[in-house]
Amino acid sequence: MYTESTIADFERWACALGGAALAVYGTRRAVRERSVGGAMVAAAGGSLIARAGMQAFGRETDTREALAGPRGVLLDEAVTVNRPPDELFLYWRNFEMLPCFMQNLQSVRQLDSCRSHWVAKGPAGRSVEWDAEIINEIPNELIGWRTVGDADVVSAGSVRFTPVPNRGTEVRVRMQYAPPGGKVGAAVAWLLGSEPSQTIREDLRRFKQIMEAGEIPTTAGQPRGR
Amino acid sequence: MKAVVWHGTGDVRVERVPDPKILNPRDAIIKVTTTAICGSDLHLNDGFIPTMQSGDILGHEFMGEVVEVGRDNTALRVGDRVVVPFTIACGRCFFCQKQLWSLCDNSNPNAWMAESLYGFSGSGLFGYSHMMGGYAGGQAQYVRVPFADVGPVTIPEGLSDEQVLFLSDIFPTGFMAAENCDIQRGDTIAVFGCGPVGQFAIKSAYLLGAERVIAIDSVPERLRLAIVEGKAEVINHEQEDVFERLRAMTGGRGPDACIDAVGLEAHGTSLDAYLDKAKTAAYLATDRPSALRRAIHACRKGGIVSIPGVYGGFLDKIPFGAAFAKGLTFRMGQTHVMKYLRPLLALIERGDIDPSFVITHRLPMDDAPKAYQMFRDKQDECIKVVLKPHAETVH
Repeated sequence: MYTESTIADFERWACALGGAALAVYGTRRAVRERSVGGAMVAAAGGSLIARAGMQAFGRETDTREALAGPRGVLLDEAVTVNRPPDELFLYWRNFEMLPCFMQNLQSVRQLDSCRSHWVAKGPAGRSVEWDAEIINEIPNELIGWRTVGDADVVSAGSVRFTPVPNRGTEVRVRMQYAPPGGKVGAAVAWLLGSEPSQTIREDLRRFKQIMEAGEIPTTAGQPRGR
Repeated sequence: MKAVVWHGTGDVRVERVPDPKILNPRDAIIKVTTTAICGSDLHLNDGFIPTMQSGDILGHEFMGEVVEVGRDNTALRVGDRVVVPFTIACGRCFFCQKQLWSLCDNSNPNAWMAESLYGFSGSGLFGYSHMMGGYAGGQAQYVRVPFADVGPVTIPEGLSDEQVLFLSDIFPTGFMAAENCDIQRGDTIAVFGCGPVGQFAIKSAYLLGAERVIAIDSVPERLRLAIVEGKAEVINHEQEDVFERLRAMTGGRGPDACIDAVGLEAHGTSLDAYLDKAKTAAYLATDRPSALRRAIHACRKGGIVSIPGVYGGFLDKIPFGAAFAKGLTFRMGQTHVMKYLRPLLALIERGDIDPSFVITHRLPMDDAPKAYQMFRDKQDECIKVVLKPHAETVH
């Protein structure tokens, strides 16, 4: 029901999560000739996943290795939701509900308490799949994850729920992904940089709308003149 | 069904379009019994508000009968007779809970458009451009109302459509404009513009305790209505120097608050107004704020400028130095209609006000193109047009 949303089709956060690099892949040749100097800019520090949480789990080194250090693209978006953190955490933690507000995600299947299988709409109508695992979880506060196995792109991310007085909860998503193809892939990711960010922003907006209003506003299917 | 459809600047047509459907759980479908043309419809029709698209259904002042409700809407029943606020609000976000309904976080599906122009987005509005949500409007035989468990107010028996229709916009808008003046005993309020919103601002200022209301316009029938219905003193800005007259009438103090009930398409005859007209015609400016300039200039020190008139873009040559030097307060924005619905309905029920006094024309909706033109050009002493979507003729 919620996935019927028809808001303009932006770049996809699902891609950013696991399959962004596939989109990137397609355009790789196109940009091969261009300068890639400075493309690594976006890499910006390895502070991707809520660091404290990572340290609590003692996994930080693993993730850094997985991502080959502070490489790739770092995204950081937040929204404030007028609901308590535990309610938001509970909804988000049930990954199978994520396609309700992540527009380009088709399905998520929980494999066990830690691992899940994700399917997203990829470039050119193909679907993109990957497995992810939870690498950190603090109830009502934080969920951290990364891709595992043969994912086409190594990515990690976190969502943090912070209560703010009289305003509800700040929901902050941080993601880092390191696409294949080294410099070139990163260049493309950099060129597309603003779009994954806008995609996450729109997904977070839909999350807020579901949690606050119980539905996502739409005009899709309303009458109009010729 | 039939609906009033915009096809480009000044091109409004009545067309057959598909009937609306329930799209979300809190929706309702209303069979529109009476609707009206608003001054801001003229701004939209004249192309002053960006992101209109050919095919958009206009109209944000409407009322009617509930014919269908969504599965999560427990507030309305089929058969209820309701007036629908032009602002769409979820009722549950930070802004709705602070009674700032027209700033609702969750009702604009195209919030990103408004964000790119304004930084943040207000609520969705019916029939009011895609930046404001792109919702199909109520100048139609049927309309879908989102979050219909929050906005629509049920009308008790014994009140006619014409008595309550303007709860949808212009009565609350005029009332909020007056409320924003923080009226104290002895206050004189100047109302720039005697269109329908100005007329309600005049009456509301008195209801809220103003000592005197001075109304400014140049259209004779509007000034006459302000005198006869509003009991206002008036200034014709084409015949008199508004600032000097206001100063003289207030013993050299200036009005305690000024209401700009004109907005972005002011029709001044002063030099700056002609310049604005030339610039907007040449796409060098977006708005024609000559009424706002006058209001700022005329307002007393420490006074309030209240702006119910709509502005859309970047305003030129605003005397901000005057505003600063006089320590003025500005209050503005789309009306938080839901905040005013029940109190104002109570005023109507008690007989303290009959909002139908502004109506000059009653027409079948089929005549909408003619009505838009007549309203815009102020022909035939037109002040307010109501349309009947299901009538072939109106008596």
